[in-house]
Amino acid sequence: MANYYSDHPELEFHLHHPLMKRIVDLKERNYEDKDKFEDAPVDYEDAIENYKQILEITGDVAANVIAPNSEAVDLEGPHLENGRMIYASKTYENLDVTRKAGLYGASMPRRFGGLNLPNTTFSMLSEVISAADAGFQNVWSLQSCIDTLYEFGSEEQRAKYIPRVSAGETMSMDLTEPDAGSDLQRVMLKATQDPDGTWRLNGVKRFITNGDSDIHLVLARSEEGTHDGRGLSMFIYDKRDGGVDVRHIEHKLGIHGSPTCELTYKNAKAELCGDRKLGLIKYVMALMNGARLGIAAQSVGVEQEAYNEALAYAKDRAQFNSKIINFPAVYDMLSRMKAKLDAGRSLLYMTARYVDIYKALEDIQRDRKLTPEERAELKKYSKLADAFTPLAKGMNSEYANQNAYDAISVHGGSGFIMEYKCQRLYRDARIFSIYEGTTQLQVVAAIRYIINGTYNQVLADMLAQPVAENLQPLQARAKAMAEKLAACIEKVKAFENQEAQDFLARSLYDITGNTVMSLLILDDATRAPELFEKSARVYIPYAEAEVARAAAFIENFDINNIENYRMA
Amino acid sequence: MKGFKIIVLAKQVPDTRNVGKDAMTAEGTVNRAALPAVFNPEDLNALEQALRLKEQFPGSTISVVTMGLPKSAEVIREALYRGADEGYVVTDRTLGGADTLATSYTLSQAVKKIGDFDIILGGRQAIDGDTAQVGPQIAEKLGLTQVTYAEEILSVDPEKRKIVIKRHIDGGVETVEGPLPLVVTVNGSAAPCRPRNCKRVCKYKKATIPAERTGDNAEALNALVAERPYLNITQWGAADIECDPKQIGKAGSPTNVKAVKNIVFMAKESKTLTSSDEDINNLVVELINDKIIG
Repeated sequence: MANYYSDHPELEFHLHHPLMKRIVDLKERNYEDKDKFEDAPVDYEDAIENYKQILEITGDVAANVIAPNSEAVDLEGPHLENGRMIYASKTYENLDVTRKAGLYGASMPRRFGGLNLPNTTFSMLSEVISAADAGFQNVWSLQSCIDTLYEFGSEEQRAKYIPRVSAGETMSMDLTEPDAGSDLQRVMLKATQDPDGTWRLNGVKRFITNGDSDIHLVLARSEEGTHDGRGLSMFIYDKRDGGVDVRHIEHKLGIHGSPTCELTYKNAKAELCGDRKLGLIKYVMALMNGARLGIAAQSVGVEQEAYNEALAYAKDRAQFNSKIINFPAVYDMLSRMKAKLDAGRSLLYMTARYVDIYKALEDIQRDRKLTPEERAELKKYSKLADAFTPLAKGMNSEYANQNAYDAISVHGGSGFIMEYKCQRLYRDARIFSIYEGTTQLQVVAAIRYIINGTYNQVLADMLAQPVAENLQPLQARAKAMAEKLAACIEKVKAFENQEAQDFLARSLYDITGNTVMSLLILDDATRAPELFEKSARVYIPYAEAEVARAAAFIENFDINNIENYRMA
Repeated sequence: MKGFKIIVLAKQVPDTRNVGKDAMTAEGTVNRAALPAVFNPEDLNALEQALRLKEQFPGSTISVVTMGLPKSAEVIREALYRGADEGYVVTDRTLGGADTLATSYTLSQAVKKIGDFDIILGGRQAIDGDTAQVGPQIAEKLGLTQVTYAEEILSVDPEKRKIVIKRHIDGGVETVEGPLPLVVTVNGSAAPCRPRNCKRVCKYKKATIPAERTGDNAEALNALVAERPYLNITQWGAADIECDPKQIGKAGSPTNVKAVKNIVFMAKESKTLTSSDEDINNLVVELINDKIIG
């Protein structure tokens, strides 16, 4: 039987990264759950075995239930009935089967009914479910909003809400409004207190993914008279209390399995989560970073599925007396799709590992004081996670779009026909580089770390890693890319002009992404040549050309020419 | 209420759904080595019906029984992963070569030993033998009502001890009522079984029968079972369930396979028709005469 996890051994490879031992030891707190919970692992090997089993289950459900349902879900979509959102009928089947498989509360501690999975493993589940149906992946993966409630909510709120999420209740994060999209400081939804202290929410939210969920995290203005991010707080709205209706469901280009709702709040009872005024500046930033990694995983899933669809078609389709896979123009596309997939996935899991280490240490910090070494470790990985999340999200969401585009190209005219899956992948992927911050905003988030040399330091560390002897010439080429990056950064800095830096940021970002992934795929190819050497040999020449393109743009950039780009 | 005690009969079978060219031996028997061993598909349908009853009637328990080689403990683990409470593997050299008569005798002895049950569920038939005889024979041996080809258990009344079942019949379905306890065999058109559950797999992945705890890992596995008794799956031999040696295995099997032949289906006579009015008229007349259309 098909299995979206075990059919791709490239995924399991990332489960055995050397950093996983540290991650699992921290996450399992030296396996202290083993005497309290029958499903808890007794040691590192046991934990990895559990992850594999959970991934196998997910791969089975993805291949044999969610993927077969995906076309019907895409065609039917959700609809509105008396202020309530009704999913496509097969979405209920997907929810039922993932609940029975126990795939909720995945990241939560066992004392709240969770599976206590690190983010690395959670991202693998996300990827596998997304490959089957990217729209359903949203509905499922929004459970990770609970991470923010766990981190910042009270113990009472944890005990009230987390077990419900572990049992399969769904979540949403209600952030955006008609006049507050990318700029969340403009949020207007009003939070007021009754004389008895009960919070009430009034206003409108728009573009809310899975907006009719069971448990909402809501960004609202609690400080009257304020106009920026400092007047916003985070609230928990429980659908059981009522007061929020769905006014409209958007008709979208893709991800039809994921309902996008406009919500009206009418005196809706809510609970304050965490401290007042920290809603946007602290909690939503945490929420968004988690969500961005989720989109990176969603993107990798579609990169894989697009490649699978294209490969199968190219092997089957014959023209000019030959299967089309034999034509250089076709295998050029296929090999690049696979190379981007392998490189992008490696970037995703590297980022997830950084997130895991600092999050696990932060969690330990809630119970005891960290040692000076642990504090240094937390600081290091927290910074790396912040730097790499926008890179993993931006690069992978673009790769998902590119692979979906190429999948249609490989299909030729058939790819344009609605009967083939690749057209859905193409429509679904388009949102990845938009929501949770457009690629342009990922560049804004990353540029600080490009300019201050964070990536340069990581690249230097990676270049110091030994690679297989036969890959050393490729490593030398990657080193040249890193040098080009350093030179381009200096060139941009030398302009001492903010507009020029903002304008050239995307080029710097592209150079950084391509160089980082070149070194990652080299490391993977060194450890598992049977899985990754081919991709390394395809990816690095591709990345080298991409770097040359962007570097040429920067090197030849004339600051006086910026005038001709301004369109206003 | 205390819920029902449900027994599910399951069998490990060679996966005959994906047959390669080496699936049969030169002697015409099934080459078990070439086919992966799987949970008999209709037994999974039966397990799903049991799991739904358990959800509907909290406090119900599901015991799964299988007969086979020690490695058939795998089907017990698969059932535990999906929500069964306990399992029994009936395994003994003396049970080998059993036909449906000896098998149903052995399983009915195991079921009696478990005792005090309300509902026995099993698949309609196994994909290796395709006899559909074992379930009904067990019902006969236990003197119980049987409902075969079940598609769905519609309701159970714990007070009146009645069960209502939708069963598959030629060209449709019928709804029947029966008394508890009874035997139900479930058809493949029933709801598919749910997937494994993550927490249950983590919990039960090292569950074993004693016969599996041998070799290099024996000590570690036995220590684990001593520490976590729920990891022990009950293993019974023929004597444990008080089998009459004359009624089990080859000795208890009146069926003798004389020969097994490879049969290639051949098309019988065929006719070629053109699209002319005459050919179409003739065909319609022929079909009406044969009462195929009318």
